Amino acid sequence: MKYETQKVALPFFAVAMALFALQIVFGILAATVYVVPEFLAEAMPFHIMRMSHTNLLLVWLLIAFMGCTYYLLPEETETDIHSPMIAYVQLGIFAFAGAAALIGYQFEIHGGRHYLEQPLWVKILITVSFLMFLYNTSLTLLKGRKTAISMVLMLGLWLAAIFWLFAFYNPANLALDKLYWWWIVHIWVEGVWELIMASLLGYLLIKMTGVDREIIEKWLYVIVGLALFSGLLGTGHHYYWIGTPAYWQPIGSIFSTLEVVPFFAMLVFAFYMFWKGSRNHPNKAAMLWTLGCAAMAFFGAGVWGFMHTLSWINFYSHGTQVTAAHGHLAFYGAYVMLVLGVITYAMPQMRRVQPYNQILNMWAFWVMTSAMAFMTFTLTFAGVVQTHLQRVLGMRFMEIQAQLDVFYAMRLGAGVAMAIGVVLFLYAIFGPAREQVPATANVAADAD
Amino acid sequence: MGEGLTKAAARNIFYGGSLFFFLLFAALTVHSHWYIVNVSTDREGFTESVKLGKEVWEEHSCINCHTILGEGGYFAPELGNVWTRFGGRENPEGARAALAGWMRAMPTRSPGRRQMPYFDINDEEMDALIDFLEWTDRIDTQGWPPHPSG
Repeated sequence: MKYETQKVALPFFAVAMALFALQIVFGILAATVYVVPEFLAEAMPFHIMRMSHTNLLLVWLLIAFMGCTYYLLPEETETDIHSPMIAYVQLGIFAFAGAAALIGYQFEIHGGRHYLEQPLWVKILITVSFLMFLYNTSLTLLKGRKTAISMVLMLGLWLAAIFWLFAFYNPANLALDKLYWWWIVHIWVEGVWELIMASLLGYLLIKMTGVDREIIEKWLYVIVGLALFSGLLGTGHHYYWIGTPAYWQPIGSIFSTLEVVPFFAMLVFAFYMFWKGSRNHPNKAAMLWTLGCAAMAFFGAGVWGFMHTLSWINFYSHGTQVTAAHGHLAFYGAYVMLVLGVITYAMPQMRRVQPYNQILNMWAFWVMTSAMAFMTFTLTFAGVVQTHLQRVLGMRFMEIQAQLDVFYAMRLGAGVAMAIGVVLFLYAIFGPAREQVPATANVAADAD
Repeated sequence: MGEGLTKAAARNIFYGGSLFFFLLFAALTVHSHWYIVNVSTDREGFTESVKLGKEVWEEHSCINCHTILGEGGYFAPELGNVWTRFGGRENPEGARAALAGWMRAMPTRSPGRRQMPYFDINDEEMDALIDFLEWTDRIDTQGWPPHPSG
């Protein structure tokens, strides 16, 4: 850590990780209801658990992206953060808004568009906080060195904020509502967030492999180009059956198939740079998360997305557990693992120690990743069975769900394993530091 | 990565291409907006009650358990075509009574069955909610879902 203000990232990471843990708690509660339907049926109905689970994910990922940005920006721009005070205040506002929304949900104070259930005033606070963040980081960027990594990252963050504004537009016509709802949800996770993802991966790879910046940044532009060329029109795969014109079926099928390409490019990119790199960075755990992120994003977002994206397949699979399977692995692979990778990389430097608790951290990696892979398999099998019974044979929904019990029980087990992984990770990151640097490492942690 | 491609060229392709695809996407969205308003949804039947019904739908966050046109919680049945499933196309009055009666009978408390909560919905709101579901059932969804089972 070369710049004192990089430390601003620490409270962001801490808050993000606390909310991550809470997200898993709500996930386990909801998974329990799938197995024991009467569980908390009156005290906390399923819809409250689910909106808490999904909202926590979005809030903690956004807070973590902010933390990553504050950590990365001084090194990239070679200048301190414009104002640490603004950073702390905007974190306070964001965390307060998120907590208020979450508590409100428990008292049935919520909107009714999924992922965007936050009451209006919470949405406004989130916007204010996000604008303060953009102001603070953009000024930092303007006064410093403008690398491709920092430019693409900031572009991704600005676009995320701009598309968020569609959250304030809720047409009374349901089909229109859906048309624009995807302008946030799809354009975020299959569009501009990929800019954030690719630039953070690029940053980690420059730091840990020692490959020349010119090469990494050229790859970066190619990857984010592929992401937006495919991802924007790829939104069409959500426009098959919601009252939108039929031309979205060929457009959505073609372009969302191409959405696999940037994820494949990121996979090749990460492994190629790792192979090509001369530096043997001591933070093995961070390298593992970096490579793991590229790999699991390719499977979760790429392969599992492609599996049901063609319109004539989606006609049968749309809105089944197949979608749930894809959603879980894609978010985990592309964004959760990315953030955990940056945190694993940054924490030793912020705590001013050599990389620590690495073996425990790698255990956390394997436990969490296996758990999420297993959960994805169980939901995929459930989804395939559901698709056949409901969409091919035309059986009734509730009748089918009763036949999926075994998959839901295994999913709950996977959720518990995930929770264990999270506990291991949090302890590895925030617990007492036991130095664990492999003997083969040839570069000191601060050498970059 | 080919030696022929410079970083500046890659950057320019990214910015130019993204702008191109964004404009294309935006133009198609504008057309889709027009198509939804004028072609695929029932413009005449889009009453104040349907709009109120959507507010009731949102107030209780039905979408976090149910799906509507395939989007939502996957935990409870699809409601985009619930009007058809309850026989509303043949017997509107019967379907209306059945839907209202079903919601008011919640929770069933039958053991081992997923429980829908009881929601405090007055008669006007209930009518509006059912108008909303009936209107939604008429959206031209390119033939989806494949079966009335949703």
